[in-house]
This record gives sequence, structure tokens and C-alpha cells, in this order.
Amino acid sequence: MSDTGPADPAFDHAAAAPAPDSVATTTPTAGDEPGWLALHRDTVKVTGVWVFILALGGAIPTTIGIGSGTSYGTALAWVVPAVVLVVLVSAIADYVRWRHSRYRVTPTRMEQHKGMVFTTKRSLGRERIRTVDLSADPVQRVFGLVKVSIGTGEQVEAGGPGQSPQTIVLDPVHRDEGERLRALLLDRAPVAADGTEPDVRVLARWDPGWLRFAPLSFWTLALAGIAVGGLFQVLNWFGRESLPIDTTRDIVEDIGATQTLVLFAVVFVLVGAVATLALTLEAWWAYRLEREPGGTLRVRRGLLTTRSVSIEEQRVRGVEIVEPLGVRSAGAARVDVVTTGLRTDPKSEASTLLPAAPMTVAASVAAAVAGVRPGGRLRRHPVAARTRRLRWALAADVVLAAAVVWLTVASPVRDFWAVVLTVLAAACCVALVLLAGDAYRSLGHDLDGDYLVARKGSLRRATVYLQRNGIIGWRLSQSVFQRRAGLLTLTATTAAGARRYSVVDADEHEVLDFGAEAVPGLLDPFLVRDAPVAAEPEQAAFRER
Amino acid sequence: MSSATRLRPPRNWLDQRVMAWWRAQIGVLTAVVVVPLLILGLLIAPARAWFLIPAAVLAVVGLVGILLLPPWWFRIHRWEVTDQAVYTRGGVLWQVWRVAPMSRIQTVDTMRGPLQRAFGLSTVTVTTASSAGAVKIEGLDHEQAADLAEELTRITHDTPGDAT
Repeated sequence: MSDTGPADPAFDHAAAAPAPDSVATTTPTAGDEPGWLALHRDTVKVTGVWVFILALGGAIPTTIGIGSGTSYGTALAWVVPAVVLVVLVSAIADYVRWRHSRYRVTPTRMEQHKGMVFTTKRSLGRERIRTVDLSADPVQRVFGLVKVSIGTGEQVEAGGPGQSPQTIVLDPVHRDEGERLRALLLDRAPVAADGTEPDVRVLARWDPGWLRFAPLSFWTLALAGIAVGGLFQVLNWFGRESLPIDTTRDIVEDIGATQTLVLFAVVFVLVGAVATLALTLEAWWAYRLEREPGGTLRVRRGLLTTRSVSIEEQRVRGVEIVEPLGVRSAGAARVDVVTTGLRTDPKSEASTLLPAAPMTVAASVAAAVAGVRPGGRLRRHPVAARTRRLRWALAADVVLAAAVVWLTVASPVRDFWAVVLTVLAAACCVALVLLAGDAYRSLGHDLDGDYLVARKGSLRRATVYLQRNGIIGWRLSQSVFQRRAGLLTLTATTAAGARRYSVVDADEHEVLDFGAEAVPGLLDPFLVRDAPVAAEPEQAAFRER
Repeated sequence: MSSATRLRPPRNWLDQRVMAWWRAQIGVLTAVVVVPLLILGLLIAPARAWFLIPAAVLAVVGLVGILLLPPWWFRIHRWEVTDQAVYTRGGVLWQVWRVAPMSRIQTVDTMRGPLQRAFGLSTVTVTTASSAGAVKIEGLDHEQAADLAEELTRITHDTPGDAT
């Protein structure tokens, strides 16, 4: 392992750096046909290193386990050959994969052949390619390699199930080759052929201060929960399940029950905060949002694993400003892009244009990407919408109170826990009512130039700016309760992002006019406008007089 | 806004036979629950009441549903096709209106389930580029559905647009 380690990347980089254009020609060609290129041969080493690291993770406990029973010499005699064997087998398997993978870019198509026994031939029309994303895990970065994912961004559902996915993954090629492919496949009209740096505009850049928003995400609690679960699991392996209970009892005896509870809560939140900080640091360090001359947005980020996501601006149908409650309380927001043809689902990080950052930054990114003006006042929804939300909150409160009463009265919950439960439930009840009010204040809709604006949500408040000509249909829905309250939910369907964006609980008459205005001609034929109400004849009479 | 804007119902009703189809559906659904309960009740003597009473209650609910629900649904479910769009109304407690513009329609499918076939009915499904945007007209006469699908295909071909 050590002989392939640090020396190679330096060599590779030095060889490749002066003449990036030569990379394509010096990459070994597989087969006799012209133009076919192989993946980078260092993939074998990368696989070897990864398998070695993983094998070590299993080998060390095994060595300790066997060694404590017999002697460490015996243990090593078993474990070392096993590790070597595993590494060798996986390296050979990867070599075979490398040997039988090749790709080429013709003037019209991007093609890939792979597989020894079952060969796969995949061919994408170059005019249909929408995404070329690069990523590199830490080991690949040491070797100067990147993984390239090339996709048409077409939905599998469009071609029916069983159709081969419209992506080609080159894992890995040299970093310069990856950049070359990206520029080649995404830029329909190549800029300056003389090799000058194209005119890239940076829209947003990483500010380490943004890390302060990371622990405010809901991931803090989720990750802390996972950590606690993991702790119990590990103790279970070692047959020490009773350890946390004993420790807790000791602490309670030392400092008292309430203090212990507070202490545990603080530690819980701290663990979660550290975990979200670490994850955010890894995922978003060195973040940069760029606009390239070919009409492409590019997000680059990552501390250990670097990622580069390209979004074709032609396919962008809008942006979504997302403010989860914690992040919002710090005056920050995240910006997602609403686009067709992003490989991954809209909930994943691939659609994030800007991580949690101050609202002014978020607004400027939204403005730069979509040309919208965030921060304006939106049309309010009827008060009946607030009544609905308060009613939900109160219903939940009643259920919660009933549960607490049952737990404290009918079941043998000890006094201390009865108090804790009651306090928590009371806090929850108040929070629910507050959230209901907040959810109502979040509601709003409007038109902003070419965009439809819809805002909703409290725990996850999201303001979507959806291009009006990206709306490909309407869905209007009204429950019995909404009908009685005079409310209506208007949903715009679109090919982009979450596929549907709703104006929730708006006035049942006003929102129809709004929909008709947003997409002229679509809703109008199905609307009837009641004869103007009493006000107008009176006005006419007034005028006559 | 001095005038109150409302949605008008789509012009066309479904085929009358759709009510029979809905009745059959409710009947099948009721039978799936009631019949096993009946069999268990007859086989397990000690717990007979525990099986037969729920079976009877569910059977009565099913019967009432068969009698009352289809006419109600029939009044609500409507559809309409213009040169510009497909427009439907559906749902009962949660009413849903859907509008899909011709220029964005990608596929038009007609489908006949086994139960539908017994009543000579078809379903026409119109899909757009949005997975949330499909519009279904369930319960048209078989020939009417075929004609409608043909007409829709013709109109969408004549309507310019890239469907996204």
C-alpha cells in the first residue's frame, strides 16, 4: 500500500498540469477502434486503498478478539493474510472492470461500453445531455481523479419502467479529463478555443460564518438521536447494556433528578450540534455558485469529498427559498433550484443552490438566478385559514392532554415523570398554538413578473417562485371544511422540482382570478363570474343622480 | 374584487353505467371483508358473536353505500374537453378540479379493467410532463372513450408546444 501512496498523485498532477489538453490523448486506449478511451488506471489503487481501510476497520477488532483469547501472533497470522487476500481480490476485480470499460465522445453521441460477461452498451445523444456532475472522494482526490455522471435528466417514468437509465457514469477519470468532458458536453457553443479562462461570474461564495446556522437545523436532534442509538448498540455488542442505566442512577444520586435531566438534554443537543457542524463543514466547505457563459449554473463544494453540480439555466423553472424554523429564527434561509432534469429527487441536496445563509444573501442569489425580488409583501389569505390551523392545533392539544392525563392517572407513572410529562405536554400545547398562528402568517401568494409566488409552512417555511410558463396544469381542491370556510387550494403542476406547488387555503374566489391571471387563457374558459354584487347598481344610480 | 369568480362544472357526465360499476366495486370491497368474517363466525362457535356482529354491521354499511353513494358520485364526477384544455371534476368530500392544457399533453391512454369491461366502460388517462398532472376520466362508454382518445391525440398533435 505504502509504495503506491503519496508519490503517485504528485507525479500524475505534475504530468497533467502543464498540458491539460494532452490528457485525452495520453489516456490509454482500449481496443483497436479509434476514439475509445479507458477510465483512469489508478482506479485499481483507489479501490485497493478503500478496501484496505474498510478491511482494517474489521481487522482490528478481530485481531483484538482472537488475540485476547490466544496470542497476538496467532491473531495476526490469521488476519493479515485475510486482509491481503480481500484487498487483492477487489483490486483484481476492479482491474477487470477497468479493462473492459471504455467510452468515447463522437460529434453527436456520448457512448460507453462496459462489462466482460454481460456487456452494457449505452449511448446518449449529445444534444440531450443536461447534467455533467463531478465528484471525488478523499482517496480519489489524492490520486487526482474524479467520478463523472452524465445524464439526460429524463424521467424514467417518461419512457416507462424497464427502460435503461439515461445516465453514463465514468468512475473515475483524471480531474482534467473530467473538466474537459464537462466543458465539451455542456457547452453547445464552445467559448474561446485558445484556452483562456471563460468569463465565469461568481454569484455566491462560502462564508465560514454561515456554519453558525448549521446546528439550528432539525438534523441536530436527529443526529443526536442516532448517536444515542449507536451508543446503545455498541454497548449491546459488548454485553454492557446496563451500563447507561447504572451510570444514570449514580449521576441522579450525585446531583438530583431534575439536574440530571437538564444535563442530559444539554449533552444531547451538544452532540447533535457538533455532528451537524461536522457534516455541514464537510458538505459545504469551499462552496461556490458560478454562472458560466454557456448558460450553466455550477455549484462546487466539499471539504473531503468534492462535488460539482451543473444546472442548465434553460431548464430552470424557478427557485425556492426554504426557511426551516430554527434557521429562520436566525434570519437565514436556504435556496433550492426548481428545475427539470435534475438526476436526483427534489428533496436531496443536489437541488440546493445555497446552503443556510443570511436572508440578504439568499435574496440576492434568488434574484441573480431567477430575476425575482424576494422580500415583497404577498397577498394575505382569509382569516378562516387561521381558524382552520388553530382548530388543528387545539385538536392535537386535546389528544395530547388526554394522553398525559391517562399516563399520570390511570397508569403507574412515578411522580417525577408525571411532572416532566406534564411540563413537556404543556410546552407542546403552547408551541402548537403558536405554530398555528405562524403557519397562517406564512401563507401568501402573488405574481412577481414572470413568476408565481407561493409561500406556506411553519416548521419548514418555503417560498416558491415558479415560472408562469413552467406551469403545465392546474389542480384545485376543496375539502368539505374548506368549502364551509370559503377556502380553496390551488396547485400548479409542473415538470420541474417537486412537480406540484400549492397556494394553500386561499380565498375561493380570489385565487381563481389569481390562477387565471398567472397563466392567461388556461383557467378562464371554466370560470363564471357572478353578476357584480349590490355595490355596483348603487354606484350607477349615484352617478345618474 | 366586486364580482365572485367560481368554477363552473364541466359540461359532460360520465356514462350512466358507471353507477353499476361503482356498485360492483363497493360490493366486491364489502364482500372481501364480510365473507371471511362470516366463514370464521360459522367455523369458530365460541366466538361466533364476535365475528357475525361486525360482519352484519359492515354488510349493512356496504348495502347503504351501494344504494346511496353512486348517485351522489355521479352528480359530482364530470368532464369536458375543449380545443384548449381537458377539464375534470372529481372527489366527494375532497372535491378536485383538474385542468391540463392541450399544448402540454404528452400521452393519451385508454384502459379497461376486467370489472370495467363487464360494464362496457373505459378509462381515459391524459398525462403531462408533470407526474402530478395526470388527468383521468374514469367510466366512459368504450367507444366514446376510443373516440375521445383519438380526438385528443389529434388536437395535441395540432397544438404547438414542447410539452414541458
